[in-house]
Amino acid sequence: MLAFELPDAETQCAELADLIRPRLQPDMVLVGIHSGGAWVARRLRELLGLRNEIGLIDVSFYRDDYRARGLHARVKPSSIPFDVEGRPLILVDDVLYTGRTTRAAINELFDYGRPASIQLAVLADRGRRQLPICADFCAWRVDLDASQELILSAETGDRLQWSLAEHA
Amino acid sequence: MHNPQLNANGELTHLLSIEGLPRAVINHILDTASSFLKVSDRNVRKVPLLRGKSVFNVFFENSTRTRTTFEIAAKRLSADVINLDVTRSSTAKGETLLDTVDNLVAMHADMFVVRHAASGAPHLIADHLRRLGRNDVHVVNAGDGSHAHPTQGLLDMYTIRHYKKDFTNLAVAIVGDILHSRVARSDIHALTTLGAAEVRAVGPQTLLPTAIEKMGVRVCHDLGTGLRDCDVVIMLRLQNERMNGALLPSAREYFRCYGLTPTMLALAKPDAIVMHPGPMNRGVEIDSDVADGPQAVILPQVTFGIAVRMAVMGILAGN
Repeated sequence: MLAFELPDAETQCAELADLIRPRLQPDMVLVGIHSGGAWVARRLRELLGLRNEIGLIDVSFYRDDYRARGLHARVKPSSIPFDVEGRPLILVDDVLYTGRTTRAAINELFDYGRPASIQLAVLADRGRRQLPICADFCAWRVDLDASQELILSAETGDRLQWSLAEHA
Repeated sequence: MHNPQLNANGELTHLLSIEGLPRAVINHILDTASSFLKVSDRNVRKVPLLRGKSVFNVFFENSTRTRTTFEIAAKRLSADVINLDVTRSSTAKGETLLDTVDNLVAMHADMFVVRHAASGAPHLIADHLRRLGRNDVHVVNAGDGSHAHPTQGLLDMYTIRHYKKDFTNLAVAIVGDILHSRVARSDIHALTTLGAAEVRAVGPQTLLPTAIEKMGVRVCHDLGTGLRDCDVVIMLRLQNERMNGALLPSAREYFRCYGLTPTMLALAKPDAIVMHPGPMNRGVEIDSDVADGPQAVILPQVTFGIAVRMAVMGILAGN
């Protein structure tokens, strides 16, 4: 169990925006990963005052555990309302864990075109990576056990909130 | 009751018929299809889901259109696709259906897309695979006899949902040769499962199956009555090649009574959509002014059909 209280996700969004702001480029676009990453990307767009629409991707068709898990969860359509070709992108997710979702997202983005660059922004990095991936921007580093699941949810009034689940 | 399409966990493992499919499964397919629809707009029109899998199109009955759409769908999922013209090879040499299947399983087939003139052939194959203990091999029915054509039924539902959003207030008229139409049967089962308010079967007595009312449809022998105030018109092809005996006086006579002309279509709601599974016989069941008119959604049906078949194959191969 955690020996501390879960931090406030909204405050962390502001901290993450502060980290990104000095390195913003004019044509930069945010791409949020469904669903937690999409919420965080929407917040960041507001906080950073970006005019460009954000992109949203659902990595279900690119996951490496398809053979084991199949297509069950409700797949949301990816929407990339801009030309990816030659553009600097910031990929946004709520939690960085094994790195597999990030890999799937990068693969999917390349099927839209060749971006100039992709950086990774996450609200929380909970360690235990299984792939050589690290975040460029991260608001919270926390070491969690594999039996624990860190979940971001949008409460009433759209307020983002962390919760922690224990799995046997 | 054992449902041959579902595995022990209640997940879809074969698609044989819409009859008996839970509403949640149909909705899951349609939702997944809408995500696949976007893939076709991209730079790279492929996702890696079925990479390394082999999909065998086994058509015991000719259908270039359906075979092609399955082939495109499988290729957009990155599968390897093998088209077998069995009518001209193994079967012609006397091999049985299940021997053909065993041979293809030995070639490491992961999925069969089956079209057969005999109703129940895909079911027979699925049953055979279950007895072999090969629950990793999946069967998609691409049309069997006059029984079912589930992917056409699903793409019709996708089309209706796309234009009408909700099924509960809809009146849907299915017009034409329902007797020989596996599409009509699949549509009726799907519409009933999805809760359409009214499904009408419209056609001459000779082209309607006996006791079709038992499927929960309203029978209309008069086209005008059948079309009045409906939201969706599904026209069926007059299947000349299936006609045995004198069911109709002539194609011209049929058009006079059951052909969809602008005048007849005006009886439906002003925003009614007109669908047709193709191939169309212009001047037999549908007037060109309607087929090319603003209410026709016949070509969008084709585009949606690819996404729906991608969804079906993507879901099956993962279960």
